[in-house]
Amino acid sequence: MGIRFVLFVNKQGQTRLAQYYEHLSIDERRALEGEIVRKCLARTDQQCSFVEHRNYKVVYRRYASLFFLVGVDNDENELAILEFIHLFVETMDRHFGNVCELDIMFHLEKVHFMLEEMVMNGCIVETSKQNILAPIQLMEKTS
Amino acid sequence: MHRSPMAPTPPAPVPAPSLVDTLFQRSLGDLVKFLRADPSAAGESTAVARALSEIHREIRAPDAATKATALQKLTYLSSLHFAPVASHPLAFPAIELIASPFLPHKRLAYLAASLSLHPASLSLLPLATHQLHKDLSPSTSAAASHNVSALALQLLASPAAAAAPDLAAHLAHDLLPHLSRGSPRAIAAAARVIAASPSAAVPILFKPLAACLASPDPRASTAAAAAFCELSAPPADAAPFLPLAPDLYNLLTTSRSNWALIKVLKVFGRLAPLESRLAARIVDPVCQLLARSAAMSLTFECIRTVLTALPAHDTAVCLAIGKAKEFLTAEDDPNLRYLGLLALGMLGPTYVSTVHECRDVIAQSLGDADSNIRREALHLMMGMIDRNNIMDIAGMLVSHAAKSDPEFANDILGAVLAACGHNVYELVSDFDWYVSLLTDMARSLHCAQGDEIGRQLVDVGLRVQDARPELVHSSRTLLIDPALLANHLLCPVLSAAAWVSGEYVNFTKDPVELVEALLQPRTSLLPMSVRAVYIQAVFKVITFCCNSYVERLSDSSKEVAVGLNGLSIDETVSEGRKAPLVSGDEQITVPSMMEKDPFSEKSIIHMIDLIETTVGPLFECNEVEVLERARNLIGFVHLIREVQELKESKVDDDEKHSWVKELVKNMQTVFSQEIGPVSLNAQEKVSLPVDIVLNETLAELDDIVSEDDTTPSSSILFYPRSHGSIENRNEPALSLGSSSLLSEHRKRHGLYYLPTGKTEDEPVDYPHANDPLLPASNESSLDDKSNTAQPVTGGKKLKAVKSRPKVVKLDGEDFLSSMVPSANVPKEDSLSGAVRGVLLDRDLKPSSSQKASDKAYEGIVNKMETGGSSSQWKNNVDAELVGHPTSSSRPSIQPSHEKESTNPLESDGKEVKEPKRHRRSSRGGHHQGKHKHRERHSTQPDVPQAPIIQDFLL
Repeated sequence: MGIRFVLFVNKQGQTRLAQYYEHLSIDERRALEGEIVRKCLARTDQQCSFVEHRNYKVVYRRYASLFFLVGVDNDENELAILEFIHLFVETMDRHFGNVCELDIMFHLEKVHFMLEEMVMNGCIVETSKQNILAPIQLMEKTS
Repeated sequence: MHRSPMAPTPPAPVPAPSLVDTLFQRSLGDLVKFLRADPSAAGESTAVARALSEIHREIRAPDAATKATALQKLTYLSSLHFAPVASHPLAFPAIELIASPFLPHKRLAYLAASLSLHPASLSLLPLATHQLHKDLSPSTSAAASHNVSALALQLLASPAAAAAPDLAAHLAHDLLPHLSRGSPRAIAAAARVIAASPSAAVPILFKPLAACLASPDPRASTAAAAAFCELSAPPADAAPFLPLAPDLYNLLTTSRSNWALIKVLKVFGRLAPLESRLAARIVDPVCQLLARSAAMSLTFECIRTVLTALPAHDTAVCLAIGKAKEFLTAEDDPNLRYLGLLALGMLGPTYVSTVHECRDVIAQSLGDADSNIRREALHLMMGMIDRNNIMDIAGMLVSHAAKSDPEFANDILGAVLAACGHNVYELVSDFDWYVSLLTDMARSLHCAQGDEIGRQLVDVGLRVQDARPELVHSSRTLLIDPALLANHLLCPVLSAAAWVSGEYVNFTKDPVELVEALLQPRTSLLPMSVRAVYIQAVFKVITFCCNSYVERLSDSSKEVAVGLNGLSIDETVSEGRKAPLVSGDEQITVPSMMEKDPFSEKSIIHMIDLIETTVGPLFECNEVEVLERARNLIGFVHLIREVQELKESKVDDDEKHSWVKELVKNMQTVFSQEIGPVSLNAQEKVSLPVDIVLNETLAELDDIVSEDDTTPSSSILFYPRSHGSIENRNEPALSLGSSSLLSEHRKRHGLYYLPTGKTEDEPVDYPHANDPLLPASNESSLDDKSNTAQPVTGGKKLKAVKSRPKVVKLDGEDFLSSMVPSANVPKEDSLSGAVRGVLLDRDLKPSSSQKASDKAYEGIVNKMETGGSSSQWKNNVDAELVGHPTSSSRPSIQPSHEKESTNPLESDGKEVKEPKRHRRSSRGGHHQGKHKHRERHSTQPDVPQAPIIQDFLL
């Protein structure tokens, strides 16, 4: 599988979204998130966006106070993952309008639904913002 | 390049109104606010605990809305706050709510299930099977069913389903209608299901999945490409996917989606090495993409594909290298620079010159702000090193280490040490240079590689005679520097330097200075184990000086009868050289005089005094190693002093004189024997007792032990083991009794000693480094060194250039290099093994080695090429399949390489073990194979497509 996990972490290191595409126990997750977040948050803008960690490669990008981290297999295309992160942020931006950390906190499910539309089984299956947002708009209409 | 859509906006805390139905129940929004109220860790954990207890109450409510809200909150907590949710409380209500007719509830439940179901809760999953089945089956209202089935597919593609192969197998049929309409979700779910239970799912799902590759809907083909990319990823074997090549090729030439192209390229990257004609076929489209694409991600993927999978196509490689160089020079984008370096690292040995061309850029990257880029650059640099440029590169790297941060500096030093020391200094031809490089490294600011530097200093001394003068010279500079003594990281280096200076004292220009350096006050800062080495080195130096003095004396005594008067001796000695500067002065410490002649009596008396004043106090030392050496040294010094006193009192006695000569000579003999490297294989010379089964109980320890064994230390361990070895050398002289004890010991435990007869027969396999049984009178002086050291190389003399000095290399040491890679034989994933087994209709067990099985597939592919028609190919495959019995432990696959042999099995001697089976297969060949095929009832997915690839490729 290409993508192993998607994490949103704020500057304080608090996890704001965690989606795993392989099963990890709570302890493993806690350790993994701690280590990765420590590694990525310590890096500066002049450094590249790829961090090797254990058997993963973590591709990350920072938007304002949020870090978007994606753990991928070693042979995954790093630049494509960066594009994916950007697409994800743009999609959220379109839905929430100037998306911020609080939007994600209070609408975590919606963000999960978007992610589910975009990524399945670690593969990117949908890249059209309109298609990604359609089910959520439908859901909002019915409820 | 980043825009920031995260501008602060007021929060939107409006929870979905339908969820606040139940009176007093807190919604998720309330919960989030509640958690945020106290941001401290303690406050947060109490808040989580309180919320959890609420949730546990609410989740048992009969009311669906209350239950849903509780589940929603629980999902949130378990996902973000590591709430210790036992499997049950979350899983059961989730499954209950999956059946809800109300879509939002269903959605919540599916989300909860896909996020948090795990193997512990799998016992509950069968409960959901029916509901999933229902949700997947098409219903009347199209729009709603679309959403519902999407949810079900989502769950099927989640890790929960991967851990429940039964569920996947039961629902495989339900996926078919969704696959046929090309739903990307169904494709992803099918990939997951196939991966989870290949044996059950492949026959049902593989073909429809393959059909999706040719789907006109770009979303479907993209998803299918991704699915096959995932299924063919290592450790799975890509060979079964070769028949998909035509569809993939179509996609490669027509698709306009970069996502799809990247995945297709990845699959081709795995397939091309298996089939050369395929490689030739895809070169053009890949080059076109490479030349035209504006997307960096696609460009990089093309570069990777070309460099890893199409290395034989020069024009493509040149194009890819050109692009990689563009990446390297991207000033403003560290990502591209990093990837550029990665790309260069993929280049095989044929294109080393290209990497050399980029040396400047790479060297520049060593100073990059990003540690990843630096590390990659270092990696490339090390890959460039060869015999001709090692001095340039290693020198440059070491000087770079001085400018780097501590961590990277040590990475550099470690890499240089490893590269230079590789395979017994294979690459080093100028050892004078290397020795001074080692000392430079030791003096490097952040050096923490003392152990390895010390080891190599001693090792070079043992192995390379020509390097010894420079070694002693470099050691001197280390030893006389008082500043280094305080640096505890350098102790192993100083220890090595002291040992080298003592052992090869005959190359020292100024022994007095050396003794002063070894006994300087700050040596008290050293750890005891190192001090012991220092004292032993002093012992060697003083012995050497006395010996030289006595020898010279006996030379000159032919003229001057017996020069017992100190002064007269001094004069006679210096006569030959220069007039003594200070003749009548009795003062002991006259440095100027001693500089002139270290072997004069005055120098020796000075040294003796120095030793007595500085080593004497160590009698109080409670470290036995130090204590013992100090006593030895002082004892020796006292003996000499006695003579001195005798002299002074003018007891004119020839006997005394010859006695001291004898003493000094004996001591010198003790130290003059050559120490050589000890073969790692020395242990193997111990014959194995018949009644011991060594493998029996220790086999389980292999994993633990093998890690330690990989350390490439092959010479005498210097620190702290060496004390033993040095001590042994004293034994024959100081305590002859011990050797008789030893021989008794040998008699009793002969088993554990090297067979004496054997070592005598084959002259010297390795030098008798510390053999205490050698008679003490053995006068192997320095001149004899060559005799003891040279045969060591045996037949394995290095073919080195003339200028390169001889490096002692033991016979067994080749296995060192072969041992290390064998330790990391990749382990095969059991899942992929199963996939392959099913896809190829073979029961390959996971334990079979990857390499061997790969060869087997190449064999199959070869056959596929030669086979004229598809049926023939099939028969071949079948024969092959039968030919490889299920016992995977049998590693030999040789016969399958011979294309012509229709029945390759009989050529293999091992087959005799299972004669019945093979005879059947060989005689009844094709029929039997087909029957077997049907019996196993799996796989045809790729077999029927074989003709397609034939057409395509030929």
